[in-house]
Amino acid sequence: MTGQGRLAAWAVGLAALVALPFVYRDPYHLHILVLILIWSFAYTSWSMMGRFGLVSLGHGGFMGIGAYVTALLWNHLGLSPWIGIPVSMVAAGALALVVGYPCFRFRITGHYFVLVTLALSGIVLQVITATRDYTGGSLGYTPNRATTNKLLALQFDDKTTWYLIALAVWLAGIVVWHLIDRSMSRYALEAISEDEDAAAAAGVDVTAEKLKITLISALMTALAGAIYCQYQMFITPDTVSGIAVSLQMVFAAIVGGLFVSLGPTVGAIITILLAETLRIGFGTKAVGWDNLVYGVLLVLFIIFLPKGILGSVLDRLKSQRKVSRTHEQEAVKIAR
Amino acid sequence: MLELRSVDAGYGSFQALFDVNLDVKAGEAVGVIGPNGAGKTTLMRVISGLIRPSRGSIRMEGVDVVATPAHRIVSLGIAHVPENRRLFPQLSVDDNLKMGAFMKEARGTYAKRLDFVFELFPRLKERRHQMAGTMSGGEQQMCAIGRALMSNPKLLLLDEPSAGLAPVVVQQVFELVKRIRASGLTVLIVEQNVQQVLHVVDRAYLIEAGTIRSSGTAAEMLASDTVKEAYLGV
Repeated sequence: MTGQGRLAAWAVGLAALVALPFVYRDPYHLHILVLILIWSFAYTSWSMMGRFGLVSLGHGGFMGIGAYVTALLWNHLGLSPWIGIPVSMVAAGALALVVGYPCFRFRITGHYFVLVTLALSGIVLQVITATRDYTGGSLGYTPNRATTNKLLALQFDDKTTWYLIALAVWLAGIVVWHLIDRSMSRYALEAISEDEDAAAAAGVDVTAEKLKITLISALMTALAGAIYCQYQMFITPDTVSGIAVSLQMVFAAIVGGLFVSLGPTVGAIITILLAETLRIGFGTKAVGWDNLVYGVLLVLFIIFLPKGILGSVLDRLKSQRKVSRTHEQEAVKIAR
Repeated sequence: MLELRSVDAGYGSFQALFDVNLDVKAGEAVGVIGPNGAGKTTLMRVISGLIRPSRGSIRMEGVDVVATPAHRIVSLGIAHVPENRRLFPQLSVDDNLKMGAFMKEARGTYAKRLDFVFELFPRLKERRHQMAGTMSGGEQQMCAIGRALMSNPKLLLLDEPSAGLAPVVVQQVFELVKRIRASGLTVLIVEQNVQQVLHVVDRAYLIEAGTIRSSGTAAEMLASDTVKEAYLGV
């Protein structure tokens, strides 16, 4: 597709997405769509690092901080989420730097990096659970209902508003993905993921590049947590933080496709529809089945479709186009 | 151009270089020869800042290299072709070369440098869209050297360019080195292939167990008894 054609396709798609809640008002389906958009944004945030071989299992931690810090500031200090969300993002960013800097400076890579971030997820979960006097512990936490100014409290009752907010946030995530994809940082990070020494020898500041992408990824993930909290108005340590949430991000991003911008979105659509289908179809008889299905699918995907669903589909389309183009060229030659 | 004064360096508590003094003048080709584990690669890494000396000074055209962060050393005009090439195997030849021009200063002259590299190595132009890891050893070495040349260096550090290559390809690689010299670059080359390298360089240093044992012009080194006995097998 040409650049202009692609832009037009995006514009049409976006217009359709914006118009959707005004035409179609089924609250359950809109609810599912909002969840898909919020989680897509979270998965996209994770994939910013994941696509460069920086596999983090700590993103549940960042998401938990985004959700809990925003809610705690509102309930205990009466601080509006409009301020609370940036504060929570800064908190998650600071944590990312504190954990990331020593990792990158001392070359903790591969499995060891995964283990460090795994611990990060666990620690955030434990802290939320342990400080139950403030956070409600494992029973969960609800931001106080605003009585007067709903806008100040970022609390809305209608699904359409939330749908549009989630859509805007998701779109921002996709835009950031593309900005990075076109920057020199992408080359630097691809080089780093292949050979850190060679990248350094080419003049890449390895530590700084890795910290930069980690920071961006953590800030976005915290925002996803905060938006999720404001939308659901109820969070528990297990739904917004911890290792399960981190693994869910890894799974969805890999299933959808790590290396294309809409891959994590496709992953979110699949995982959320799967979970909902199992929940509605089997009810309480199938509690935890989605995790079983995830596990099996993850193994299958890593073996057979390492580029994910969307990545593989796009690859196939591209190679078909190439084949047809060479056919054309041959035809031209013969015609001559 | 480059001067090392009483440089000590190592990894953790292990010291690999002892009191190394070494000079490279502008326009020269200088060889560093010696057996496995003598510290040749460490010497290269310490010059390009991948490891830091524990003692001594390194200056490039008067600028203190030790005080320059590793990723800025490229902008001093030092380009390092690491041992075993260290390409980015999954990236295309084009992208590998682009990485060579990663420094802000080099990005402006990217197109010009690319022409220069393609002129020097026409083979790379033919293979520009191929994944670097799928090329032959000799082509990969070209790509590694090409990547280093993209940063518009004054001094090229070549670490064992002949390692792991077939004898006929080794010949070609040394031809490449001659061509690079002819284009006006200063070259510091580390080699185990003593016979070959002494025919390409002006001067050479013999390094053993982390210490410079002797140095001299290429002809002197070829005639030297120690070099003859230990490395040329005659």
